[in-house]
Amino acid sequence: MDNMKMRAQLKGDFVEVKVLMSHPMETGRRKDDFGQLIPAHFVQLLTATLNGKTVLEAQWGTGISKNPYLTFRLKGAKVGDIVAVTWHDNHGATATQDIVVTQA
Amino acid sequence: MRRREFLLGFAAFVALLPTKVLAALWNKAAFESVQLKDASKYLNVDAEIPSADIQIVAPDRAENGAIVQVEVKSNIANTEAIAIFVDKNPTPLIANFVFSNGAEPFVVTRIKMAETSDVKIVVKADGRYFTNSKNVEVLENGCG
Repeated sequence: MDNMKMRAQLKGDFVEVKVLMSHPMETGRRKDDFGQLIPAHFVQLLTATLNGKTVLEAQWGTGISKNPYLTFRLKGAKVGDIVAVTWHDNHGATATQDIVVTQA
Repeated sequence: MRRREFLLGFAAFVALLPTKVLAALWNKAAFESVQLKDASKYLNVDAEIPSADIQIVAPDRAENGAIVQVEVKSNIANTEAIAIFVDKNPTPLIANFVFSNGAEPFVVTRIKMAETSDVKIVVKADGRYFTNSKNVEVLENGCG
């Protein structure tokens, strides 16, 4: 699924990973043009791995902005390593993407 | 097995997990709490110690509460997790990040803020809890 933009760059002694996801992040409190509540639709779980090993596990509520943005940093990662990010939302949808670490 | 095949296989496996199993991982009680103290309680936060070793970078004033960028860095040894709360949001718990295997206790994300409020960070390190806050003035409600 092509709904994530990722970048992983070695910057000195850490790898900085930036992720931009495509997701509506509806709170369930917003109304549409007809006054109907728009059901909650948001990412609840996000997991990041480095070469298959878990490095970050996040739980999110509805307070993360639409099209979620995330930066995290990994010590001990090197050029050529693979960083993968997976999310799951409250509708049971999921997306995974991976990227190879490059030199900044 | 090659890595890509393995990852694809794993993704397929995760996709097939019953939704109930995943829901069990998500701290529903904490995320649906409308009071900060209840959200904290359900996250097992206890006896937080104020700490300047938690650095928070966020704007003093946010034009649009729908997108407020927040950067958090913990200089506390053995930081395991960083939680972000917005005191005056309809549901104050925004996110909880758990770090392992060399991930630095650092995160940047963008959050929604309903009104001017403290952004409260709680760090878990060695089983103890530390906290710091930064006030952000919000000019336009971002919670809809």
